[in-house]
Amino acid sequence: MASALINVPAKAKRGDIIEIKTLMSHIMETGYRHTASGEIVPRDIITSFTCRYNGTEIFRADLFPAIAANPFITFFTTATESGRFEFEWIGDRGFSETATASITVE
Amino acid sequence: MHDQSTRRDFIALAGSAAVFAVTLRPAEATPATLAAAIRNVVGAEPVKTGKVKLDVPPLVENGNTVPMTVSVAHPMAPEDHVVSIHVLNEKNPQPNISNFYLGPHAGRAQVSTRIRLADSQKIVAIAKLSDGSFWSASVEVVVTLAACTEDVI
Repeated sequence: MASALINVPAKAKRGDIIEIKTLMSHIMETGYRHTASGEIVPRDIITSFTCRYNGTEIFRADLFPAIAANPFITFFTTATESGRFEFEWIGDRGFSETATASITVE
Repeated sequence: MHDQSTRRDFIALAGSAAVFAVTLRPAEATPATLAAAIRNVVGAEPVKTGKVKLDVPPLVENGNTVPMTVSVAHPMAPEDHVVSIHVLNEKNPQPNISNFYLGPHAGRAQVSTRIRLADSQKIVAIAKLSDGSFWSASVEVVVTLAACTEDVI
């Protein structure tokens, strides 16, 4: 169901500052909308996003209903060594997704 | 003739009212919820203006997806860096938009995402530095189509 799009440069020079772009498909239901019959649509959002670089946490975000559907987050990091980026999204109703990307640092 | 004089009177009155409103408006028209949310982030520390750059289009057609970029003009050295960036708003149902936690590893303190805005309002970004100081920037955004609270069909 859920799918992630990750954009990490495949190669970088040691010490380069690289941009990481992530997108996770998710409805991000705010919990403030009503149906035609007046019932509140229950909240269903991603609450937390984490990125680890070879096991070390380099970026974390707390998300609130004010984040648009399909949360798109970009940030920067310094390329220090070849390895793997791990991405994790955690949300309401037991939502939990992970994705990985690898980088070669020369 | 009588009509015209009333119209003129009205315009004069409206003009003076507008001037009055502008002069009366305080420098920080921060509603209580936003002020409370800022206190939640910074505690008792003073918040200085500067360093932070909050990039949001000033006129937004669709409040459901508004591109936003926050950057902090500060070095990212291990001994002196940006620890976190907090984005808050004035008139959405909740004052928080998001919190971003960075480290010296980030290289550049810049984050982009897409947000929702329920009304024309002020958005505030606050950056926490490793020395414990807080810096902020705010922008006024005009939204023509609001998000969050519309009915589901």
